[in-house]
Amino acid sequence: MKLLTLNFLTCARKACKTSAASFPLHPREAELEQVELDMNPQFIRNVLPRVEWEAMRSISQELGLPSLPDTAPGPEELADAEGGPTQILKDLHTLLMETTIASGKLLCANCGHEYAIKEGIANFLLPSHLV
Amino acid sequence: MSCAETLQSPFCIVRLDSTASAKVLLSRCILATGIYELLGHGDTYDALRDDVLSRSSRQLSQYRKLPFRFTLDCFQGTRSTRKQREIIESFGYLNLEGQISMKNAELDLWILEDYSLDTTKPKHSSEPKHLYLGRFLGSSGRKVVPVYDLKKRKYISTTSMDSELALVTANLALAVPGKLIYDPFTGTGSFPVACAHFGATVIGSDIDGRSIRGSKGRNVFSNFQQYGLEALYLDSFISDLTNTPLRKRRWLDGIVCDPPYGVREGLKVLGSPKPELQKEVRLKDGRIAHLQSDYIPPKRAYSFEAMLDDILDSAAAMLVDEGRLCMWMPTANDEDVELAIPAHPALEITSVCVQSFNKWSRRLLTYRRLPNCDIDQTAVRRRRELTSGATADELNSFRRKAS
Repeated sequence: MKLLTLNFLTCARKACKTSAASFPLHPREAELEQVELDMNPQFIRNVLPRVEWEAMRSISQELGLPSLPDTAPGPEELADAEGGPTQILKDLHTLLMETTIASGKLLCANCGHEYAIKEGIANFLLPSHLV
Repeated sequence: MSCAETLQSPFCIVRLDSTASAKVLLSRCILATGIYELLGHGDTYDALRDDVLSRSSRQLSQYRKLPFRFTLDCFQGTRSTRKQREIIESFGYLNLEGQISMKNAELDLWILEDYSLDTTKPKHSSEPKHLYLGRFLGSSGRKVVPVYDLKKRKYISTTSMDSELALVTANLALAVPGKLIYDPFTGTGSFPVACAHFGATVIGSDIDGRSIRGSKGRNVFSNFQQYGLEALYLDSFISDLTNTPLRKRRWLDGIVCDPPYGVREGLKVLGSPKPELQKEVRLKDGRIAHLQSDYIPPKRAYSFEAMLDDILDSAAAMLVDEGRLCMWMPTANDEDVELAIPAHPALEITSVCVQSFNKWSRRLLTYRRLPNCDIDQTAVRRRRELTSGATADELNSFRRKAS
């Protein structure tokens, strides 16, 4: 599971949706993997305004990754004068698309439920009493 | 765009602002084969030749010195080689001065014959009902259809969407590089693969983890590897649409799906009506059941119409302005009850396509997420009442009718 995906996920329980504590989910016992992928500057540019920067910062801190700047980079910081990718864009690509959680758990800070990640695939199915 | 011909004809006359945009349009087109600049048309060859002179003399004078070639295309008809030659030579009146060149023609002229589909007459005895002369501009994106053919795909299942229809769906979802598109019933990933072909980044989920994980190295991700589309694969995860972990924010450019409606696969969501499952279940040895790695959550039957409402609610909540929802659903034939096209105040229908089978048919619905300022605030979102019942047959009228 790529770190960018965590930006779109919260607890699956309906009861948790209204609680601010249910986002982001917190990685636990996470085994990280770097997977090299072709860079897609257009996608990063499009998706960056939809990224909750504060949440991304806390996730990378929890995972022990290099700390992110206080505020999200603006679109003008992604391309250099010749239109080529900047280091900031490359770093975003590495963080959001190439850093994956191969296995571990995702914890909801509101209800304490943990969702398992196996072989990079997270499982959000709930037992009947939590539905 | 205006379709000049009836649906029986494979030819359609469109008005576009330039030949360049015609080429771009066709490069994305899956159902057409090619596009031509219309130089003339008519019901007979005499009428066609007159129409070309009155309509296109100016264009033809620009092309006069180019190396050229002619091709005769008989749709639903045949011509002998001798007759073909005769027809092509009858265009000598255009006085083209360029060289005839089959390989390096810069002026690629096509005579298109449209025969009416009359099965009562033998083919060779009929005459074409309409004729066109066109300058070939470009072929369509249709050549990728066999590339994505399910027969050559390493990981598929009984419900994988046919490659041609998946590509059409991706087109209607406006899949382009930079966009993010989601499939909530991803299965073996047919729609995400088609969207990624057009450059969109994709994410999918399914209630059945086995379909995502696959087996023996064949899974959703390996399909992306097969086509060299790994960089466009964001993720797949296991979840249920009625209990989704996705945040209700406007972050998706498109949603594409073929929801399960119970003809092939029973429609299930999480939860169980059994009273003993409404609290935490412990195994005999005291361990908590749902924390075990081999735990399978109980599922219950669900109404298809309630699921359609869930899909529309999700689309309204998560699509960006002008984002598209493309959804397949069964229609109903004469002997069946027709399922109404679901509606939502924040979503406007942009197209309804119908695919007919022998005993049933299905629709491909496309909706556009309206910007909030365009939503009719007086429209009340009406969810259909959940039919009471426990089994898929009790919950779904169309299943009862079909049996």
